[in-house]
Amino acid sequence: MNHLDPARHVRGESQYLDDIPVQQGTLYAAVVESPVAHGKLLSIDFEAALQLPGVVRILTAEDIPGENQIGGIVPDEPLLAEGHVHFRGQPVALVLAETEHQAHAALGHVRVEVSPLPIITDPRLAAAQNELIVPPRTFQIGDTQTAWAQCAHVFAGVAESGGQEHLYIETQGAYAFPTEMGGVRVVSSTQGPTAVQRHTARVLGVGMHQVEVDVTRLGGGFGGKEDQATTWGALAALGASITRKPVKLVLDRMADLRMTGKRHPYSSDFKIGFDENLKLVAYEATFYQNAGAAADLSPAVLERTLFHATNSYFIPNVTATAYSCRTNLPPNTAFRGFGGPQGMFVIESALVCAAEQLGVPVAELQRRNLLREGDVLPYRQPTEGCHAEQAWDTAASRYNLPGLRAEVDDFNAQNQQFKKGLSVMPICFGISFTKTPMNQARALVHIYTDGSVGVSTGAVEMGQGVNTKIMLVAARTLGISPERVKVESTNTTRVANTSPSAASATADLNGKATELACLALRERLLRLAATELQLEYEGLTIEGEQVLAAGTPADTTWEKLVSAAYWQRVSLTENAHYATPGIHFDGQTNQGHPFAYHVYGTAITTVTVDCLRGTYAFDAVQIAHDFGQSLHPQIDRGQIEGGLVQGIGWMTLEELVFNEEGRLLSNSLNSYKIPDLYSAPKTIDVHFLDTPGHPNAIMRSKAVGEPPLMYGIGAYFAVRDAIRSFRPGATLPFSAPITPEKVLLSLYPDVLLTTPACVSTTVPTSVAP
Amino acid sequence: MLQFYLNDQLIRTSQPAGSTLLDFVRYHRHLTGTKIGCREGDCGACTVLVGELQPDGQTVSYQSMTSCLTPLGNAHGRHVVTVEGINAARGTLTPVQQAIVAEGGSQCGFCTVGFVMSLTGHSLNPKPGTPETALASIDGNICRCTGYKSLERATLALQQQLTNRPTEQPLAWLAEQGFVPTYFQGIPAKLTALRAATEASAVSAQPAQNSHSVTVTGLDAASAARAQVLGGGTDLLVQRPEQLREMPVQLLYGQPERRGIRREGHQIVLGAATTAQELLESEVLQEMLPHLPEYLKLVSSTPIRNMGTVAGNFINASPIGDLTILFLALGASLTLEDPGLGQRRELPLQDLYLGYKQLAKMADEQVLSIHFPAPLITDYFNFEKVSKRTHLDIASVNSAAWLRVQGGLVQAVRLSAGGVGPVPLMLPRTAEFLVGREISAETVRGALELAQEEISPISDVRGTVQYKRLLLRQLLAAHFLQFFPAQLQLTDLL
Repeated sequence: MNHLDPARHVRGESQYLDDIPVQQGTLYAAVVESPVAHGKLLSIDFEAALQLPGVVRILTAEDIPGENQIGGIVPDEPLLAEGHVHFRGQPVALVLAETEHQAHAALGHVRVEVSPLPIITDPRLAAAQNELIVPPRTFQIGDTQTAWAQCAHVFAGVAESGGQEHLYIETQGAYAFPTEMGGVRVVSSTQGPTAVQRHTARVLGVGMHQVEVDVTRLGGGFGGKEDQATTWGALAALGASITRKPVKLVLDRMADLRMTGKRHPYSSDFKIGFDENLKLVAYEATFYQNAGAAADLSPAVLERTLFHATNSYFIPNVTATAYSCRTNLPPNTAFRGFGGPQGMFVIESALVCAAEQLGVPVAELQRRNLLREGDVLPYRQPTEGCHAEQAWDTAASRYNLPGLRAEVDDFNAQNQQFKKGLSVMPICFGISFTKTPMNQARALVHIYTDGSVGVSTGAVEMGQGVNTKIMLVAARTLGISPERVKVESTNTTRVANTSPSAASATADLNGKATELACLALRERLLRLAATELQLEYEGLTIEGEQVLAAGTPADTTWEKLVSAAYWQRVSLTENAHYATPGIHFDGQTNQGHPFAYHVYGTAITTVTVDCLRGTYAFDAVQIAHDFGQSLHPQIDRGQIEGGLVQGIGWMTLEELVFNEEGRLLSNSLNSYKIPDLYSAPKTIDVHFLDTPGHPNAIMRSKAVGEPPLMYGIGAYFAVRDAIRSFRPGATLPFSAPITPEKVLLSLYPDVLLTTPACVSTTVPTSVAP
Repeated sequence: MLQFYLNDQLIRTSQPAGSTLLDFVRYHRHLTGTKIGCREGDCGACTVLVGELQPDGQTVSYQSMTSCLTPLGNAHGRHVVTVEGINAARGTLTPVQQAIVAEGGSQCGFCTVGFVMSLTGHSLNPKPGTPETALASIDGNICRCTGYKSLERATLALQQQLTNRPTEQPLAWLAEQGFVPTYFQGIPAKLTALRAATEASAVSAQPAQNSHSVTVTGLDAASAARAQVLGGGTDLLVQRPEQLREMPVQLLYGQPERRGIRREGHQIVLGAATTAQELLESEVLQEMLPHLPEYLKLVSSTPIRNMGTVAGNFINASPIGDLTILFLALGASLTLEDPGLGQRRELPLQDLYLGYKQLAKMADEQVLSIHFPAPLITDYFNFEKVSKRTHLDIASVNSAAWLRVQGGLVQAVRLSAGGVGPVPLMLPRTAEFLVGREISAETVRGALELAQEEISPISDVRGTVQYKRLLLRQLLAAHFLQFFPAQLQLTDLL
């Protein structure tokens, strides 16, 4: 069974936001941005811009009929700046014009006067000034204070990880149409249609029922369109509502890079202790999260950092504290992994720090301390169906870890310029929204009288293949061909109050709701068949569109049965609700059972570093992963490969550069580099571990979206391993991404090539014949 | 009036020649399969094929281009192909599309059409492909979802199918196999007719003038004087697309008189509008510079190399222009022409740069051709580039070196370095130091040290001063390690 969308994608027939045929009278919107990162907003002068050809209207905060507020967790984010500006690129006003060119041309003619205030970009500095988004959180188990005394070895250090631009290839956008009841219909490129609906209603001062949000698909999301699509949806809706004309707002790439938040950079302190057998005894970590100028999803991201602070390891005594620090950067937001990767990077750094100082292989420390069945995590949830050791041992034997290590060592002994490095990266990732109430979903399933089926859920298709999985769930449950099933666009009037497509949980939640709806429909149809054909209901099934009684074909088929149901006035529609069972979490004690289950796996990474040029290439990443009973191995493998390469990008090439004024310098695709064909590892092996899956996973097929991103962390440590082979015994900072610049400077730390006091600045002249 | 074929349709349009092909296909022709990702040629979501009638009049050569940077005027007389122009009947997929679907090479789908077009272009390439060239055809396509392995598998499966492509009449085979619709076979005749028609009308309209630029842009004398000279569009359409849309442009891309790479005695001469890809594929150059294709693979991507011209790279005057650095070390000179005055002059490339983006060239002067002394087969030449991402990236530092050694002594040297000053630099003092010396670790170390005095890098998004200084030292060392592997050891130099 192929993933359905690709057959349309390859023909260019899939419709994305900017492909919607333009309605006559459409106005184009462009956003006026704050020119400075912090200050008092004195005035916005747009008289000159209004005189330009085609410019219809320019909206500011004053034009907002409802509440000027789009903050999700904390109400600290105005839609359009009012009083102050808090980051460069913050929306200040909205230009509406007859053409896109006219709208953009007007931007330069709007004068925004700001009296500057001090700018903070460093999270530790923000914390020192008590600029916190929410009070700090601490996860604690055991007692680290007394535990240090029991440790034979204790190490401490600092680890830094950089941010990451989502770089969905389709930029943010929305297209809003006024409706006759004074409301608005918004087509939005969002992972969270309900968030767009809720905040648009708030901004317009109307009920949520007056705002319809529809999403066909996204050209990539990765978390970047979970909360941050709201701004553009609400702005387009505001324009449409005020002008009573359709308004289209699509960010160009550089505006998208400047204005939207990214993965949170973290600066963290760690302290780690082992007993004489190198078993982990205690771990302390303090995380300084660079949240940017508003809360956005930062408190939830911060929480997940704490959930994953110990990654795949059992540690009896843990104290992990996290600060969400307010800085004058665009509000940082969800990004695949959602704070988990940042937490895992720190514990992996701590283990490497310990191993380097102890002179033992880090893999030794890692393997010895992996989680086992029933081990209690710092938030008190015990592991259940733990595959940490299985994943490690399978990867180690299948890919011959000792042989790889020996190969790397041999190569390094024989080569001067090129050095190989190796790392092993185990992962353990919890599945569920950690905010328990969000773990609910609904599915609306219609069976039409010809036997075709339409399924609506809250799931947004963004390339992860969720529509295909939902289609498979419906087809399998009803016993019909997948070709009969259509998964509809995600629309707030069909399925309301949805959770965003996020947390890797979309297929589980919406798939389970679809399964429940289809089970109810199937039961209803089979009870009708039992009555009509005078058969025992028990033992009736539908397989391959044929009704079977105790395994033998009965005198009706799917089509006949559906038709009969209609004529018997039996409902062919079902709306089912699913809420993940058994999960709870107390945010005061930071204890509970927040996850439906955990996903495990292990990746082995090998890299070759050119120690002359400071560049590197990944030879292979070899993975053993816990998929459970994969519903669609091709989709799931694609998630592993894609997530891994995205994680490698975060750890290696992808470097966000802001200057001290809070201005983004890596502001285009020519200065912000994501992996290309040649920077992906030459080999990626994915082994499907033999694991049973979990009853909370859709058809026991485990969630797969986020976990593989963290395999990319292995890339960092593999490069570091190679550098230390060139410079044995070197102490290197833990600082990601490990760009070619950092590699070269680490390889040659003693070379001080300072600028000579006197330099010729004239253009050189000819020397050669 | 621009005229060209877009898929199977003849287009006649008065849209500005300096506007982008992307906007034309998406917003004027409503062909929405071609996507907008970055508008700077760095993602490939907008990749289309542009076919040019070959001198034989019988064949059309197709190249992938990023339509975001393709001036609409550069489509004139050509065949532009978007995905809508290769799609088969509903329900069937071309072998390229089928390979991507079968391998799971499309997730969100937004970049997918770009890959489809690049691989279709590869299938149409008259030269027999290899797995490496097949992969190289998608080196300008960025995908954020898949991690590329599924696309690699699709590409290799496709290349396997293409091994069956006959060398004679490949197009007929490709049409039969469904790679392209059958109308492709009629395109050479259509382009021939189109060329004849436009030449006839041009001659009747403007008998006294240069036919190509006039017919393309329809410029009168006054407009021509204000016109922006435009080559492949790969720099100017990134830097100021809005202005180019509004102003007259003079199009040089593909002009026969500014093309071609040839040897004239001891000189190599190339037309100003020679593209980077033409350099890469040139047999004339490869004879003297056997590693040139490897160097050029580090320069942008296949679609951008298909568009960007050598003179464009020089005139853009980026201190870090890869081709500029390469040609500086080759000792290139320019032939400049003032078309108004009809005057020509020669200018060494290294004298072109006065300061950051300041040129020793009159506003009206245009580069006509580029020439350089043919290196001897015994000469040493090397190009080095390090960027954050090895491919499709702008250098942090780049450098080229040319060396002639006789009787064990360095006889002549040219060293160039980019990213370490306000202009693409030569390192004359370092070169002078080397002349007359024997190659040894000591000599090279002396040169590396001296080079530091000739550069003045600044910290920016491509690296700190400290890094750029160190990196230039490394790259200079890399030249010598490449040249003299028997005499020199990495540990002795650094």
